[in-house]
Amino acid sequence: MKFLEKISEKPWQQIGPADGAALIERMPQTPPARVALRFFLAVVSVLFLLITITFLSRSQVADFQALAGAPWQPLTDPSRLWVNTGLLLLSSIAIQVAAYSAVRDRSAPTAWALGIATFTAALFLVGQLMVWRDLVALGYFVSSNPANSYFYLYTAIHGVHLLGGLIALTLVTRKVLAGGAIRSLGPGLSLCATYWHYLFALWLALFALLTSSPETYRLIAQLCGF
Amino acid sequence: MNHTPIADQQEGLHHPRSFLTKYIWSQDHKVIAIQYAATAIFVGLIAVVLSGLMRLQLGFPGSFDFINPSSYYQFVTMHGMIMVVYLLTALFLGGFGNYLIPLMIGTRDMVFPFLNMLSYWFYLVSVLILLASFFVPGGPTGAGWTLYPPQAILAGTPGTDWGIVLMLVSLAVFIVAFTMGGLNYVTTVLQARTRGMTLMRMPLTIWGIFTATVLGLLAFPALLVSAIMMLFDKLLGSSFFMPAIISMGEQLEHSGGSPVLFQHLFWFFGHPEVYIVALPAFGLVSDIIATHARKNIFGYRMMVWAIVIIGGLSFIVWAHHMYVSGMNPYFGFFFATTTLIIAVPTALKVYNWVLTLWQGNIHLTVPMLFAIGFIFTFIHGGLTGLFLGNVAVDLPLSDTYFVVGHFHMVMGVSPVLVIFAAVYHWFPKVSGLRFNEALGKWHFWITFLGAYAVFLPMHYLGFLGVPRRYYAMGDTAFLPDSAAGLNASITVAAIIVGVAQLFFIANIFLSLKRREVSDPNPWGCTTLEWQTPENPPAHGNWGEKLPVVYRWAYDFSVPGARWDFIPQNVAPEQVEWADRSLAPADHLPRHTGTENQSPDETDSSKTV
Ligand code: HEM
Ligand SMILES: [Cu+2]
Repeated sequence: MKFLEKISEKPWQQIGPADGAALIERMPQTPPARVALRFFLAVVSVLFLLITITFLSRSQVADFQALAGAPWQPLTDPSRLWVNTGLLLLSSIAIQVAAYSAVRDRSAPTAWALGIATFTAALFLVGQLMVWRDLVALGYFVSSNPANSYFYLYTAIHGVHLLGGLIALTLVTRKVLAGGAIRSLGPGLSLCATYWHYLFALWLALFALLTSSPETYRLIAQLCGF
Repeated sequence: MNHTPIADQQEGLHHPRSFLTKYIWSQDHKVIAIQYAATAIFVGLIAVVLSGLMRLQLGFPGSFDFINPSSYYQFVTMHGMIMVVYLLTALFLGGFGNYLIPLMIGTRDMVFPFLNMLSYWFYLVSVLILLASFFVPGGPTGAGWTLYPPQAILAGTPGTDWGIVLMLVSLAVFIVAFTMGGLNYVTTVLQARTRGMTLMRMPLTIWGIFTATVLGLLAFPALLVSAIMMLFDKLLGSSFFMPAIISMGEQLEHSGGSPVLFQHLFWFFGHPEVYIVALPAFGLVSDIIATHARKNIFGYRMMVWAIVIIGGLSFIVWAHHMYVSGMNPYFGFFFATTTLIIAVPTALKVYNWVLTLWQGNIHLTVPMLFAIGFIFTFIHGGLTGLFLGNVAVDLPLSDTYFVVGHFHMVMGVSPVLVIFAAVYHWFPKVSGLRFNEALGKWHFWITFLGAYAVFLPMHYLGFLGVPRRYYAMGDTAFLPDSAAGLNASITVAAIIVGVAQLFFIANIFLSLKRREVSDPNPWGCTTLEWQTPENPPAHGNWGEKLPVVYRWAYDFSVPGARWDFIPQNVAPEQVEWADRSLAPADHLPRHTGTENQSPDETDSSKTV
């Protein structure tokens, strides 16, 4: 590994950059913002991973009633969530298109794609809120069962992250509204696109987890040793 | 040239225009560092006062009307939480990290100055929310800094209406602030080093801060998760952590939650937190010891490896805080083993500090005194840690004053001594002024000896069986009367130590008032921050040109050299030799043609 190689250097013997070009550190070409984004995604992953570990262990307590599995449970038919998933997928594709067109300095497609991406992302959030409303209407409150609590918890934290993404997107596009060139959006939009894809993949994982049956939970929990 | 001088993107530097943008809404890492440090020291002083109040009660039980059992618990909780999170974490990373990273790696600022500013303001908000809990009905939470449910949110514990909510919200805001800062520090270290600053030429300070930041980024989410889930339990009535329970004669709605789950989450954060505080301290103290002993640090590579290995291991020892909570015996064995293993690289660092001192040209300056004091207290706290890491020893000692003595030595006194060492060491850089040596030495001796007078007897009280977090012991057959006398003496010592901290504050203010201008590099340091064109460094740090680095940070007392230190930015051909024949071969310039330029020709700003 490169990192291991680097930390095996003996700096006390290597005085002066004249000692071969290797010592003049070649700074990585990755833009700093992308490095920071990678770290941020790692942080978010840890966050969701930890919640999921608690989820799996909690799911093995007797009072846990999974939201899917039995025919009368609300998420056994997750069509609502499929619609939301479609919206988020659309948003992800649109923002990728926007990033692609921005780099090529095409303003009309960029603007369109951006509009679609923002709109569908917002619709996704509204869609999630509607799922909440339905659950409440069916009597599935936050506190009535741990499975419900986790559903609200997961979707809320995921939603907040998307909301944060929308704020970041606004900050990126602000430049153009202030009269900058479309091309200058490229790097910022491509970061947003990475974030969007991440949130989409994360949502798929959450979707799968939240609509699994009690048997699946038991299996995973056993595999993890709970 | 392949080099992209991200470090030198001048257009990112908005030069401040008004007083407000220069000192308040500043994006300059140096100003933000000072804001962070000042805020942290301010809340730290509040925590010191709280500890004094606790000590008054423990030393002279019942003599003070304004301390009742509830307020005692509130003092304990706020004291612990402020010290660990709002003082130490913020001061090491927000304060020293912010000030030193850009200067030590030779860049003009953090890579995201705006985010950096935002980080400070979020931190300030979190502090304000925390302090607000002193003024709400019911007061701050008294749940202990570990905030264990179920008692943290049940009636009977002080501050269960507002206090606990404010505490959890404040922690969440703090974590957001830390994440913004942390992303900045990590990215800056990885991407913005100046020419020639390879990873292995970074001073150990940067290695410590960098690794601690990575730990923080990965560990704080655990605290965030526990805070959010506890807020759900408290405000929305869910049962993540709350079991079925009867409180005040009433069956509560909760059922099925697991308090031990919270403990796992908390300590998955809590143990790395110890190293989030310790690793920057390790780094700072290494550089201070090497500088004031005029000797290169012993085993630089091992020091780096130890930092990285300790960082990794710190994620698999957390349950040594939970031996008494009950767990599978094999887990106890596992966590005891990992705990003992992590002591190996830690001990290695201690040996290396001592070996650095050995036959060094030791200058007993104020920073050096504090650094040497740190070696003592850290060895002391580390040894008791080895005992507590073993299940069989921990069971009787857990939740006694032995533990209080242990963790104060290892993560209370030790990092604080490093903070003092570092503040005295870098004060001439940050302010451009000299401080009063005599006052500093008084501060050291009272603090160091006083810390022993306070915390050493606590170990003994622990053996006697005095439990931790008790408002008063009342009549207990197993405690000899001398225990009360010991407690009174601890209190007297604690008050003296507390008051002695005024020497420190006074020293800072007196120096600022007297304005005795310091030499730009009074200790003869090799690292870049001492080589800035102005002292203190101006906005943008380096004037026209970024420094170029030619050597590691520890070229002290190089044989044959005229001076006993060679700064990192001195090229081989610029070194002044007293006796060239003694010079180590690799320190002499090699004539390999075109590459061999003087720094004036390698003007990195031309490549922008
Ligand atoms: C002026 C020096 C200090 C004194 C006199 C002092 C004194 C105390 C006392 C009396 C307690 C309560 C023990 C109990 O009733 O169980 C305590 C708890 C604690 N202190 Fe300190 N302390 C000092 C500095 C620090 C520092 C620098 C730290 C930083 C790590 C720290 C961290 C803690 C923690 C984490 C607790 C546990 C709180 C809890 O049980 O919830 N203290 N301290
Ligand atoms: Cu620990």
